[in-house]
Amino acid sequence: MDLTLNVWRQNGPEDKGRMETHPVSGVSPDMSFLEMIDMLNDQIIRDGGDPVAFDHDCREGICGMCSMFINGEAHGPGRGVTTCQLHMRSFKDGDSITIEPWRASAFPVVKDLAVDRSAFDRIIQSGGYVSVNTSGETLDANAIPVPKPQADEAFSAATCIGCGACVASCKNASAMLFVSAKVSQFALLPQGQPERASRVKRMVEQMDEEGFGNCTNTGACAVECPKGIDLSNIARMNRDFLKASAEGE
Amino acid sequence: MSNNGLLKSSLAKKYLMALTGLFLCTFLLGHLAGNLQLFISGGEGQQAFNEYAEFMTTFPLVKILSYLTYASVLFHIVDGIVLTMRNRKSRPVGYVKEKGSANASWSSRNMGILGTIIAVFLVSHMQTFWYKMHFGAMPMHEGLKDLHTVVLAFFSPENSLGLIAVVGYVLAQLALSFHLVHGFQSGFQSLGLRHPKYTPVIEKTGYLFGIGVPLLFASIPVFLYITQL
Repeated sequence: MDLTLNVWRQNGPEDKGRMETHPVSGVSPDMSFLEMIDMLNDQIIRDGGDPVAFDHDCREGICGMCSMFINGEAHGPGRGVTTCQLHMRSFKDGDSITIEPWRASAFPVVKDLAVDRSAFDRIIQSGGYVSVNTSGETLDANAIPVPKPQADEAFSAATCIGCGACVASCKNASAMLFVSAKVSQFALLPQGQPERASRVKRMVEQMDEEGFGNCTNTGACAVECPKGIDLSNIARMNRDFLKASAEGE
Repeated sequence: MSNNGLLKSSLAKKYLMALTGLFLCTFLLGHLAGNLQLFISGGEGQQAFNEYAEFMTTFPLVKILSYLTYASVLFHIVDGIVLTMRNRKSRPVGYVKEKGSANASWSSRNMGILGTIIAVFLVSHMQTFWYKMHFGAMPMHEGLKDLHTVVLAFFSPENSLGLIAVVGYVLAQLALSFHLVHGFQSGFQSLGLRHPKYTPVIEKTGYLFGIGVPLLFASIPVFLYITQL
């Protein structure tokens, strides 16, 4: 396959940045998108240029690092996949592909396609945990009964890998899907109840402080989410926050 | 967390948006019920509509509701502007290529524009009828302000701007329809009212409401114009 890549290049956080065009030839349809970028970088290095900086780690869809906005969509045209799980067979020979970093004031560009997603870490630090003593005799998890549907729902919320595709896809750069998944994974389990109210309040407050936008319920986040996190999590967080605020701390 | 945390939070602004929006949906139903009397022809229709207009402007309970409606409209607009400004700030650098249609409905992505069209319509609409009824010089009929005649004359081929008024009205209802199709069910989601059993019902109701109500509204000036040809 022969492709034309329009890639965002930015030397650092302060640089204005620009699009750069690179023709790439001999791409195999079996390559993952990241392998194709590796090929591009190999070509750039051989020509004596600066390779395109991009985040990646596991390359099997579980780390959430490969943040790329491809042809107008987070992680490209595929559904339920990250960029590393997107294959070149999803494109046609001769295609022109536009590759950009996540765009959000809360996710500043570090270089080229790599963005700083530590805003998500700070949201987790603000309340995305259960305070239990793990130093002594740890309780057997099965000692606390959890209904199967509840456990399944909590688990599917917990599958969120914090990749930021929800923020990138949202026209308002809202982090509601991420935060609500992290709120829900505890809110649905007995272990999460003692801190349920304070958790949702702290996490929403931190989310606002980081400068994410507001949810206008377009649903784009859930469509683009590689893990299929459901919008019902957002409703649950809306409910929990209202209840927690009404009750006071 | 500070005591005013709720009011400062982004979620509170969404609760307010949802509450005012859903309240205004009930207002639309009331308004529509009154307007439908314009389909009654002759003197009987004139009397019924004028009595309704009199009732709406003088009955104390309705007066309270009307102030609540004015407040809701204002809050809905101001809150919408505040939210939009914050959302713009959240993405200072946009995408070169963004395929919004791939993952979200057109109306959900254009609520601000649709709302602006409705607001512009509202100014003209209130100037034409509401202001005239409350503060303007009105013709009288059987001891009542004759709003019926004012409405008929406005949407009439005799009026040099009558056709433009009808077309403008229909277009505004189209914008309202798109606004409601997303807004109705979005309001429930913002308030956290989501349930696997009831959400599909809410969504269907939203579609019916969002298409049916503006369609009925729009049919009235069209009917009045055609019957006066």
